[in-house]
Amino acid sequence: MCTLEKRGQLFLLKLAGDGEHRLNPTLLDSITSAITQIRSDPSSSQSVLITTSDGKFFSNGYDLALADSDPSLRVVMDSKLRSLVADLISLPMPTIAAVTGHASAAGFVLAMSHDYVLMRRDRGFLYMSELDIELVIPPWFAAMIRMKIGSPAARRDVMLTAEKVTAERGLEMGIVDSSYGSAAETVEGAVKLGEELVRRGVDGHVYGGMREALLKQVLHTIGSNESVSNRMRNSGSKL
Amino acid sequence: MSMCTLEKRGDLFLLTLTGDDEHRFHPDTTASVLSLLEQAKSQSTRGSVLITTAHGKFFSNGFDLAWAQSAGSQTGAVNRMHQMVESFKPVVAALFDLPMPTIAALNGHAAASGLMFALSHDYVFMRNDRGVLYMSEVDLGLPLPDYFAAMFAAKIGTSIARRELLLSGKKIGGEEAVGLGIVDSAAHDSAEGVVEATVSLGESLAGKKWNGEVYASIRKSLYPGVCAMLGLTAKIAASP
Repeated sequence: MCTLEKRGQLFLLKLAGDGEHRLNPTLLDSITSAITQIRSDPSSSQSVLITTSDGKFFSNGYDLALADSDPSLRVVMDSKLRSLVADLISLPMPTIAAVTGHASAAGFVLAMSHDYVLMRRDRGFLYMSELDIELVIPPWFAAMIRMKIGSPAARRDVMLTAEKVTAERGLEMGIVDSSYGSAAETVEGAVKLGEELVRRGVDGHVYGGMREALLKQVLHTIGSNESVSNRMRNSGSKL
Repeated sequence: MSMCTLEKRGDLFLLTLTGDDEHRFHPDTTASVLSLLEQAKSQSTRGSVLITTAHGKFFSNGFDLAWAQSAGSQTGAVNRMHQMVESFKPVVAALFDLPMPTIAALNGHAAASGLMFALSHDYVFMRNDRGVLYMSEVDLGLPLPDYFAAMFAAKIGTSIARRELLLSGKKIGGEEAVGLGIVDSAAHDSAEGVVEATVSLGESLAGKKWNGEVYASIRKSLYPGVCAMLGLTAKIAASP
């Protein structure tokens, strides 16, 4: 489902295998449990998280087929992703998404939930697909987009034309921080950036607290459900 | 004499403010425009698109201040201004609620509520050679209605652009408007050119055959602050 590796002070979280890494309850639980493991590491506040994936997809969004077969799972997936994103927002370390494949809808939101987005430019796109598949966009997705995409025209292009955003366009829009020639180079770039951030020696707890303050609006829209606030209380993040 | 017309061209609804005047938003004009927007909404299907334009030198020069002044008293004038501000709100709401993409093709000047009208569309194209955007309120000593301010905050991304538009009383031409991110395009040297460009965009958006209700819902979630002020709610559903 997802693997976790430690390289020095870098945590490498990988959505494993060649599939679409659809954010079904199982994968969401797997990622959440990896984050919990990271938090409990004694050196976590001097570390950096890099999230990446195998194959053609970073993540193709929620598991819609699963939701069709059991509509009660819609709420479950949404709730688990909210919890995970709140977790990432309070994480006491810088976070980097190394986008090595397509990131659609909830998958795009997952990528945006990181402080830095690095992306390959030879293929793949970021895509808020909802308009094309006749789904509305949840208010908390829109809040994340408003926070992370600065230009009103770019937000409109992402949400209201369902643009398939390449790395180049992502750079223009300010969604993507830097682009690379291949998947491997993207991960390499993320590792280099991670190492630089570790060298700066920032106190992760202070960092996490600042990020929460910066993304307060998003957290507010994500809403407090019990699992979210419990996680944040246990996170040790000092606000 | 009709003030505005609604025409259908394939998937495209063409709303035109007719005549060579300033297309000021007198309550009667506002009512006509609102009625045509309601008509477009009732006839909308997958792939519908609205293009709004006008004839002559003006897209719209704002509220009918002369009508307000002709009330014969200070109180009367204030009441008429208030009436125009309030009756204009449903037009803006109707555009935000419209179940189809909306494009404003600016044939000429857009000032004050005329500019608001333009910005209430998803895409705004203007001319390169003629026509300015002008928030005249600061020069006229008129306060900005709250939903106007909310619109500018939502649609105009930089504090510099907002200052230029709202506080400097500047008349902003096509090229500068594109540079400030206020409009999407100012590539054409004629009214016909602008309309043609919007028709082209309209046709490509129409080709997506989007579900209009979903489109409107996503649009409202893109502008929650403005929509709250207009009394519009986006359809809320867990997404998967």
